[in-house]
Amino acid sequence: MAALARRKDLLDQLAAHEGANVLPFAHDVTDYDSVPLLFQRVTKELGGLDLIIYAAGVMPAVEPLEFRFDIDQQIFEVNVLGAMAWLDQAAIRFGHTQTGTIVAIGSVAGDRGRAGQPAYNASKAALATFMEALRNRLDRKNVNVVTVKPGPVDTPMSAEVGAKKLPVEQAAALILKKAQSPGEHYLLLPHRIIFAVIRNIPSPVFRRLNI
Amino acid sequence: MAVLLPLENIRRLTGFGRASASDGYVFEAFSATDVEEVLKLARETERQVTLRAAARSYGDAATGAECIILDLSQFNRILAFDQAQGIIEVEPGATLEQIWQYALPTGWWLPVVSGTTKTTLGGALAMNIHGKNNFLRGPLGEHVTTLEVLTPAGETWILSPGDELFNAVISSAGLLGIIMRVKLQLKRITSGDIWVEAVSCRHWDDQFQAFKRFEGKREYVVSWIDCFVSGATAGRGILHAARHEEEAPGAESLQLGHQALPTTFFGVFPKSSMWRFLKIFNNRAGMRLVNFAKHQSGKMFEHGKSSRQSLAAYNFLLDYAPGWERAYLPGGLIQCQFFIPRENARDAFEHLVNMQQEAKLESFLAVMKRHRPDNFLFSHAVDGYSLALDFKVTEAGRERLWDLAKRMQDYALGQGGRFYFAKDSTLTAEQAARFLGPDLAKFRELKGKHDPENLLTSDLARRLKIG
Repeated sequence: MAALARRKDLLDQLAAHEGANVLPFAHDVTDYDSVPLLFQRVTKELGGLDLIIYAAGVMPAVEPLEFRFDIDQQIFEVNVLGAMAWLDQAAIRFGHTQTGTIVAIGSVAGDRGRAGQPAYNASKAALATFMEALRNRLDRKNVNVVTVKPGPVDTPMSAEVGAKKLPVEQAAALILKKAQSPGEHYLLLPHRIIFAVIRNIPSPVFRRLNI
Repeated sequence: MAVLLPLENIRRLTGFGRASASDGYVFEAFSATDVEEVLKLARETERQVTLRAAARSYGDAATGAECIILDLSQFNRILAFDQAQGIIEVEPGATLEQIWQYALPTGWWLPVVSGTTKTTLGGALAMNIHGKNNFLRGPLGEHVTTLEVLTPAGETWILSPGDELFNAVISSAGLLGIIMRVKLQLKRITSGDIWVEAVSCRHWDDQFQAFKRFEGKREYVVSWIDCFVSGATAGRGILHAARHEEEAPGAESLQLGHQALPTTFFGVFPKSSMWRFLKIFNNRAGMRLVNFAKHQSGKMFEHGKSSRQSLAAYNFLLDYAPGWERAYLPGGLIQCQFFIPRENARDAFEHLVNMQQEAKLESFLAVMKRHRPDNFLFSHAVDGYSLALDFKVTEAGRERLWDLAKRMQDYALGQGGRFYFAKDSTLTAEQAARFLGPDLAKFRELKGKHDPENLLTSDLARRLKIG
């Protein structure tokens, strides 16, 4: 597999740990112009492509009544536009090879617009809708398009989140399992039930609740 | 790598057996200029190139993961035909079908044909194909009078029989250069028909005796073997020996209408969906039954009888039920063909068939032929016989099948066996090196000279570490 991330030191650690199993590439997903060429370089070095997982995402903390366009923009650049830059390439390739799996890591946070994280919620909603559209485009081409919607996972991004978090290894294993069937998937059964309810709370009620 | 390839050109490609696949960027060439442009693009994008046309090789010879796939199937004009001498000049993408359909009405036929008429001449020479008359006429390469080759080094060579590069480009699987033009000597015939005689064989000894009986007396000999039986009936099957009919000049049978294959079975069932029907039988029990029935009908109805058939109907059995290979989906099929010297062949074939029975992975279709050696670099032929075994690939059995193939190949190597890249899917690099011996060093020397950047490759070449 190939691993792409910004922090070269961490990538090198990963590559050192995994040996020849991991090809590391230092890359910032907001460097959109470099994506098509890098996509071809990565697939060439891998000798093919069966599965791509878009996992890049940011969730900067915002205050309850803070409105900062620069932060909102950064969230959309990483969580949405970077996904489009990469997954468009994968969609073209898989559409023509008529095979393959595209996975994007969305979030339960994309299910509703909540007071605490307007841009983050909107970015994950946008990602889920984009992925739904890709799925509808590529289903007839035998391409498996998957959105997974984890809750909090024990990563540095969620360091400030107070809720119970899923260990990283467990989340990764569940994501790979869910990647086998097209559609939108929560990782845990309780999430499936809770968010079925949350998604259907009428807006006038939802805005009075503290969730 | 500074230049982008058009991602829209990427395709998942397989060989005839559909048991393996890889993705490549496909570019069609219609002319020599197109070929040169694709080579230039490969250099700019730092990609290797795999040659492909009809993709009738069973395995991975016409696929190349992440390579530029140079598709030569449209570079296929017939350029000239000397009716008096029977020499035809064509571009590499011309199919055997195009050639014989062009030449037959004037009384010329291909000296060597494959079991399908869809192969291109370029591909057929890259693999140096043989037919059911290999023991008599040698491989197709022996009938080429002039070969024009473009090497990745940028040189165009006009080659004749006996030239070192002639003997190497023919047989080396498209890894030394690109065949751009071929002059081929056709064979004079007076009839579009042949006489086929059937001999039902009870066991291996019968098979070998029947082959000997027809040696030097018939143009074509081929035999089918039932791989499901053992003991006293091991090696049973039916042999067909054939000779060209002779007719007065201007025979009606030379007209193309006479060669058309029927599109239905028994005048009713459309052949295009025959593979769906075959699929029902395409399992061990079904094929055991089919092989049994074939033997019984051969014994009862065909044995000792002769029948007159058209050249196309007799020669192109693989085209008889178009798409039959799809009956092997989803896993596809592989073929293992073992070329064993005459003195070892009988015992070796018996042993190989036993090995696949012990593994409970019987070949659904097995074919035996007679061969003679030739002077081409990667020659697969021996003074002996070949046994070609078709195996169904399943997800659950894939690993066991490859293990069986590897063991059978090791055994065959011990018997002086040789292998054929047009069929191969399972040879290992180490086995290929053993089989090719000093010829591999010779190939590498030529490769270094004519393709110094190692531009030409394929999944087969990478698997066997030969290019």
